[in-house]
Amino acid sequence: MYKQTVRRRRAVLALLVALSLTLLTAYFGEPAGGALHALQRGVLQVLAPIQEGAGVALKPVRDLAGWFGDTLHARSERDELLRERDALRQEVISNESAVADNQRLRRLLDLDRAGISAYQPVTATVIGRSPTVWYSTLTIDRGRVDGVRVDQPVISGDGLVGKITAVSHGAAQVTLITDHTSGVSARVVAPGANDRANGVYGVVQTAVGNPQDLLLNFVSRTSQLSRSDRVVTAGSRSSRLESLFPAGIPIGVVTRVDDEELSQYQRVHIRPFADLQRLNFVQVLTRPAVAPAARAQSP
Amino acid sequence: MTLSPQLLGRLALLSLAAGLLQIAAVSQVSVLGVRADLTPLVVMSVGLLCGSVAGALVGFGVGLFIDTALLQTLGISSLILLIVGYGAGRLRELRDPAHALTPVAVGAAGTAVAALGFSFVQFLLGVDAPVSLLLIREMLATIVLNALLAMPVYALVRRVLLPLLPGDPRRRRRRAYMTGGLSPISRA
Repeated sequence: MYKQTVRRRRAVLALLVALSLTLLTAYFGEPAGGALHALQRGVLQVLAPIQEGAGVALKPVRDLAGWFGDTLHARSERDELLRERDALRQEVISNESAVADNQRLRRLLDLDRAGISAYQPVTATVIGRSPTVWYSTLTIDRGRVDGVRVDQPVISGDGLVGKITAVSHGAAQVTLITDHTSGVSARVVAPGANDRANGVYGVVQTAVGNPQDLLLNFVSRTSQLSRSDRVVTAGSRSSRLESLFPAGIPIGVVTRVDDEELSQYQRVHIRPFADLQRLNFVQVLTRPAVAPAARAQSP
Repeated sequence: MTLSPQLLGRLALLSLAAGLLQIAAVSQVSVLGVRADLTPLVVMSVGLLCGSVAGALVGFGVGLFIDTALLQTLGISSLILLIVGYGAGRLRELRDPAHALTPVAVGAAGTAVAALGFSFVQFLLGVDAPVSLLLIREMLATIVLNALLAMPVYALVRRVLLPLLPGDPRRRRRRAYMTGGLSPISRA
């Protein structure tokens, strides 16, 4: 009897481990349109309304927990905001003349004059979130029926959030810019009329485990960057290889620059503008990133 | 321990509810920048209450549900959570811990196994981005938060499964105390 119990226990364990490894291997090897991926999308479609309902029902609990966290952070945040306000006040004065220049240059370049609204943003509610730090993904309540497609950019009121990586009928998965598979071409915009850092390009990647720290890689050591320089999406730099993201979407602000002696590039640390930890609503830009007529040429 | 159809049904419902609660609510609540992960706690609780086979089955089921619902690589969470459930179940079968704080220790250990296992598998599959040392801090904070939540989660799971459990450690302990330790340990 005892031996039978032991045999059964070991058999169950071996079977489940083998099943997990088989699933892992099959999933990893199949393309995005494969059977297991399709099964996942089907399950997501079924679960999306349930998740949405559960999300609405449990919103008071989330808000209560958020309130405690907000209260604890409020004091330090207030001091930081006061400092930021003073700095921005000075910046606004110097920016006024730059705005006029900027508008003239934009007209010359025939870039996006209509702003984000030209990309037909679809507002979505966040209904799910991955529990691990390895998968920085969200589930939203808009899907194929709303015009959402894979690779479309996702933004919040503060800046770039990520892109769509999977879509079902009424829901979609957003991979955040803090996911380790994410990469966004970006350029630096220095505050004021100072063009010291303007025109510096790089690729924004994440540092796994720290959602408040993005890295701007492939920035030449000769580029002079400093704290408070803004980083925005670079958009298309070539008519042949379009970027997924429209140009000019804010990504974050430079917090630190590591100049590594042995490296050809410097590593620039960025704090994202969007609070990726507490997203409730996002917008999906459902039109192509750059209209053919408005493509910018390579710099 | 024999798994009756009623117990299996209740375990399936429990797994589904735990997965949904984790995805729709708990994952979206940040306590001082850290998110709790209920799944290893639920799996650990089932392992401690029902044994290794039930723990492994629930771990596999919850993991598969999470991976499927969140469009993650299938099999990773299943593999890790089944190890957590099986380990907790074996602990019960070999040591039969009856201390009131056992769920806290096992919950913290289960969360640590889940977090480290997940990272290990991710490294095996390849990581394109640099890894921050803050990942370790995040893991430790999650383990502490989960340890704090382990008791209420265990109590809730125990309450759900209690009518179908032949031998609950706390009841056994109480019975053994009252009868001078002459009570049979388990009917299973």
